[in-house]
Amino acid sequence: MKYTEVAIVGGGPAGLTAAMSAAKLGAEVILIDRNDYLGGQLIKQTHRFFGSKQQRASERGIDIARELSDQVMNIPNIQVMTEATVLGYYEDGVLLVEQNKKIITIHPKRIVISTGGAEKTLLFPNNDLPGVYGAGAVQTLVNVYGVKPGKKVLMVGAGNIGVIVSYQLLQAGIEVVAIIEAAPKIGAYWVHAAKVVRAGVPILTRHTIVKAHGEREVNGATVVRLDENWQPITGTQKKLDVDVICLSVGLTPLSELLWQAGCKMVYVPELGGNVPLRNEHLETSVPGIYVAGDVAGIEEASAAMMEGSLAGLEAAASLGYTSETLQENLRDVLEQLKGLRSGSVGEKIRKGMEQVSLG
Amino acid sequence: MRIEKHPILEFKSSSKIKFTYNGNELEGYEGETIAAALHAAGVRIMRESGHLHRPRGLFCNIGNCSSCLMVVNGEPNVRVCVERLREGMVVETQKGKGELK
Repeated sequence: MKYTEVAIVGGGPAGLTAAMSAAKLGAEVILIDRNDYLGGQLIKQTHRFFGSKQQRASERGIDIARELSDQVMNIPNIQVMTEATVLGYYEDGVLLVEQNKKIITIHPKRIVISTGGAEKTLLFPNNDLPGVYGAGAVQTLVNVYGVKPGKKVLMVGAGNIGVIVSYQLLQAGIEVVAIIEAAPKIGAYWVHAAKVVRAGVPILTRHTIVKAHGEREVNGATVVRLDENWQPITGTQKKLDVDVICLSVGLTPLSELLWQAGCKMVYVPELGGNVPLRNEHLETSVPGIYVAGDVAGIEEASAAMMEGSLAGLEAAASLGYTSETLQENLRDVLEQLKGLRSGSVGEKIRKGMEQVSLG
Repeated sequence: MRIEKHPILEFKSSSKIKFTYNGNELEGYEGETIAAALHAAGVRIMRESGHLHRPRGLFCNIGNCSSCLMVVNGEPNVRVCVERLREGMVVETQKGKGELK
């Protein structure tokens, strides 16, 4: 049995900042990630972030991942376990971890769950054919490994991810035949959408996919126009010549460990699915278990980093660690989260957040 | 297909690795996943589903969805999207749930 003060499950943007914050306050930290690298989904993001400097404005995700990982690896009171899968949480507070085909048990005083999210899929005939991918899957192939999944892409979904990945496909020399979006308006920020529109990619709103074509792999897609009641309009079907269909239809929180631990969970569509109730310290209904990042609700990576900082500080502070600047740091992080969630773009998140408070 | 030129990223060549796919020798690079190496070689079919025998390929690429399971060095249900390529690997299309030996 390993003992530690704070165990952090998931080494993406939220987990990395949680580890740094807790460790800088003095806590002993173990950071656990099932990948053989740290950074989560940041490692495939070549676009620049925006926001304030603390939110890493103007930095690319790939650079943020490298900086944060390097910092974490150099903090002496953080032990990093990669290629380590947390298999379960037991009610005596023990985490069961598999690493190098061995089982390790870890008994932390506090746990931060920052397991992130995974891509949703969409129902249509032949959606199981090779050539149908989550948008993030294609982003990884292209941006991490330098491999093209095909020559011609249909992007389904015009939120930020769909539009950003479309631009990244163009940068890699892959044709994006069209971006379709079922809603009357795109969800993406115009700063991202303008790039692909200038590159000649049509964004077809009020359109959805009818089916994928191909016997063994995708070789086409049929799309259709929708009316104001989201019903297909007869006679508007169009066959597109594509060999890749990218689904960018949202992420869902990877909350299995929280369910297993008995945290009170609630289904909040604005936050992507089943998320835990939490208090203002990001502590769940199970004392000592904190959450941060996409597992607590799907948002941008900047919010994940801020939530990670908050969860890390709160977890360490609950163990008695403090500093001259702790209260100031907490206020600063909360102000930044508030800023990220302000305005019309944050409306959906704010509505979601109203539904997850532990009373 | 590999990306030759990119405005932001530089894909450094690492050492080449030989492996076999369904008995055919292929080459990939150190550091990439089996799935990436297969895609570079134009292979997108990784599994045949258990009941309807339909071809299945990569979907999530982060080890989550179980769509890309293949037989690697005789061991079934390897998530080739997160498994790194190693010299001499024997990779085979998986039929259904695979058989443990």
